[in-house]
Amino acid sequence: MRDEGGGMRDEERTKAMTSIHRSSFRIHPSSFIPHPLSLILAVVLLYGVIYPNLHVLTASLEVNGSWSLENYRDALSHSTTFEAATSSVVLSLLTVAFCAAVGVSLAFLFERYTFPARGLFATLAALPLVLPPLVGTIAFIFLCGESGILARFVQWLFNMKSAPWTLRGWTALLIFHTYTMYPFFYVLTGAGLRRIDAGLAEAARSLGARASQVLFRVILPQLTPSLIAAALLTFMTSMASFSAPLFFGGDVRVLTLEIYNARQRGDAAASLTLTVILAVVSLAALIFFQRYEGTRRFAAAAMKGATRSRQPIRSGRARVVATLCGVLFATLLALPIITLVLVSFAREGTWTTSALPNSYTLANYARIFTQTDASSVFINSLLMSGLASLFALIWSFCVAAVVTGKRMRFRRLISFLVLIPWALPGTVVAVSIIEAYGQRNPLTGSFILVGTFWILPVIYFLRFMPIVVRAVQASIEQMDVSLEEAASSLGARAWMRFLRVRLPLVWPGAVAGTLLAFVIALGEYVASVIAFVPSNQPVSIRIAAEMRDFNVGTAAAYGVILILLIAAAMLVAGRLERGRGLGAGG
Amino acid sequence: MSFLSLLNLSKRYGESLAVADLSLEMERREFFGLLGPSGCGKTTILRLILGLETPDTGSIEFDGRDITRLSPEQRGFGMVFQNYALFPHLNVFENVAFGLRARKADKTEIEERVRDALALVQLPGYERRAVTELSGGQQQRVAIARAIAFQPALLLFDEPLSNLDVALRQETRGELRELVTKLGLTAVYVTHDQEEAFALCDRISVMSEGRVLQTGEPRELYEHPTEIGVARFLGRNNFITARRLTSSNEATGQFKTIDGEHTLTAKIGGASLIPINKNCTLAIRPEYLIISKESPKGNENALLATVREINFTGATTAIKLDAQGLALEALLLNPDGLSIGDVRIVQLPSDHIAVLNQG
Repeated sequence: MRDEGGGMRDEERTKAMTSIHRSSFRIHPSSFIPHPLSLILAVVLLYGVIYPNLHVLTASLEVNGSWSLENYRDALSHSTTFEAATSSVVLSLLTVAFCAAVGVSLAFLFERYTFPARGLFATLAALPLVLPPLVGTIAFIFLCGESGILARFVQWLFNMKSAPWTLRGWTALLIFHTYTMYPFFYVLTGAGLRRIDAGLAEAARSLGARASQVLFRVILPQLTPSLIAAALLTFMTSMASFSAPLFFGGDVRVLTLEIYNARQRGDAAASLTLTVILAVVSLAALIFFQRYEGTRRFAAAAMKGATRSRQPIRSGRARVVATLCGVLFATLLALPIITLVLVSFAREGTWTTSALPNSYTLANYARIFTQTDASSVFINSLLMSGLASLFALIWSFCVAAVVTGKRMRFRRLISFLVLIPWALPGTVVAVSIIEAYGQRNPLTGSFILVGTFWILPVIYFLRFMPIVVRAVQASIEQMDVSLEEAASSLGARAWMRFLRVRLPLVWPGAVAGTLLAFVIALGEYVASVIAFVPSNQPVSIRIAAEMRDFNVGTAAAYGVILILLIAAAMLVAGRLERGRGLGAGG
Repeated sequence: MSFLSLLNLSKRYGESLAVADLSLEMERREFFGLLGPSGCGKTTILRLILGLETPDTGSIEFDGRDITRLSPEQRGFGMVFQNYALFPHLNVFENVAFGLRARKADKTEIEERVRDALALVQLPGYERRAVTELSGGQQQRVAIARAIAFQPALLLFDEPLSNLDVALRQETRGELRELVTKLGLTAVYVTHDQEEAFALCDRISVMSEGRVLQTGEPRELYEHPTEIGVARFLGRNNFITARRLTSSNEATGQFKTIDGEHTLTAKIGGASLIPINKNCTLAIRPEYLIISKESPKGNENALLATVREINFTGATTAIKLDAQGLALEALLLNPDGLSIGDVRIVQLPSDHIAVLNQG
């Protein structure tokens, strides 16, 4: 008996050993990369990432043709710059705190307990993730602004003379940021909780730990990597936030807004300097984030076994409370979107002092679909996002092919360079591309990108290709390495291995990632507003213009159509994602 | 010239040496085993042969050709992976046809070969099934069919049975050997399971820490291990530390055990160059110990011993003995008449005592 036990342990050990073995053997001679791919990689990274960013840096250090720190001295001597930097950082830190409070508690509620309609609420909770920031912003204004539905309702209820609040400044920004960004915490904590082996908590209980000890000594330490990842995602998104400060930031000056204003003023030096400052803060966050990624992988490796089962809430009263919380919460989440839909049917110019618009019409939609001028912005956006995400898809396979063939140090470097445009706020990416390719330069000669159709697709590509790269890499990592080795042993050359093994297995994940990039690009505003060409406006620019002209109904209608397009794409992506169980292999 | 020669291969991963200056020769139509504990480098050798890894030093010759720098697809060896590595997006037919398509075989040939291969592994008619809906044993058969369908020059197995349950493992083992012999293939088989290696292989290399300890036929390895590592890895042994009494150039040697100070005679194999008065390790299998009431003829290696423990384990019974300070274990088919505390004569037949090199 003893012998057999020993033998089995040995076998498991062998399996564990070979699996470690396998994963460290990813590089093998047969996967040597044809040179053209490395060349494409080098060119895109040089033109898209290295040169523009270096250019912004050097340009900010140049005054009248010589090196100088004057721009920085100048910028920092203005109290506004300093104020903008601090505002951005403080706003982002507060956003992280609020999002953590909301997101983590929701994740625990939804992952640990079952109650009626749990699944529906759990899905709804991730909703704000796919809401384009600009559309979210205007929906929020319609709902909570001083002339929005809620304010008017309260005013009517208590018969007040003026609006009970103004939607301006810190409070407004924090509420909005929490609403749009808590899903990072919710989704990542949820995923972390699902990965935690229920056996560990049970083991801790069997060793005599109380529930609180289990939480603090077993569960939270394992969640730390997820929490850190969520905190940094939130921080960086908040640093990059532009629409909300633009529309209801009041006198809160944040870096993104200051850069935009400086450009509007024509103050190139200030915009460059501020861009560098914003980039440095964001990159510091990225480096911090990458450092902790290693620990996450370790954590995932230690977690195999049964998933934690959800506990049903048994007591009747608790069930009612939980369900009520869920309904309330779902309503809160859905309110901005319901508002948007409602306003999109409002007859322009009729919604002035009442709580709800008093007359409804289909005219807003009709106008969008019948006027070529109005529908052309959709075609523009679809075309530009489509091109950007298609290139991102092809590009991702290049990156994956090159990266898996290289030594660790190169792999790190390439992955880092690829991630940079994602970590940088859209404002920074737009400014750096415009500055780098707005005049003749050593890389492109007399070709000037700014002012052409391609400026926005290029910026969309750079900003969102990291999403696709990550999706493709994740799918490849999930793929069993021995499949390609088996193909190789069966005589398949590199192309056949790619077409018949890697591509079909990675395809669903890659397409899902591409669709995600596509929908995000579809509603892009932050970079578009800096770089767009008047003859080729994306939807977001039009929405903002309609808002400025007080055509709220039309703006809302554009927003609703955008949301519908995004929902459709996400539905397809989700389908693909689910069908991926296939790729797991023997 | 051997069919497959590994010449002074070394492979290092970072700090650890997975294969250390290893040389092996395999003959045509041989079923060759690589046996050793996990992490001993046996899988690395398989990957070197297949071409998934390139050696840091040394070369690999196959059928008189140096293939060290060839890629796996250029070598054309079939491999059955430990986890089968079946393509989940392809059905059984396409999995088996994969190697043929890579060789641009024409349609009728592909169909014929796939049908034959599936018939050989006893899965006829499974062509259109999805591999993900097959049982572990069936997936295993598909993996074998896929590896043999394109008629590889060499067939490699990486612990192919380790994911099957015990009964299925034994059944598949027999079929596998039959199949390889029928097709006249040369096979290299990696396993950590001694029984599996013994049942399948013509010759086996026992490995440890990237080196080959001993190569030989199963029975030779079992009965005449020359290395302590081999004796320890294969089955159970009584290890006796003893001092050499007679000079090394005689065919039989005299040894004095450290525990109990008994004088033992043992046949000395070629490699055992242990100087006089040096300590060495003797090994004897428990099943070769003879327990009796009377002294045997010649009285060679007969010791007086007390029965300390009797453990019934099924087919055999393990008897723990104390021969005046020397602890021994014997395996008996029939322990009738023995009880704890009995004093008996235990004999260690000299031709079953192995004199081991210290590893």
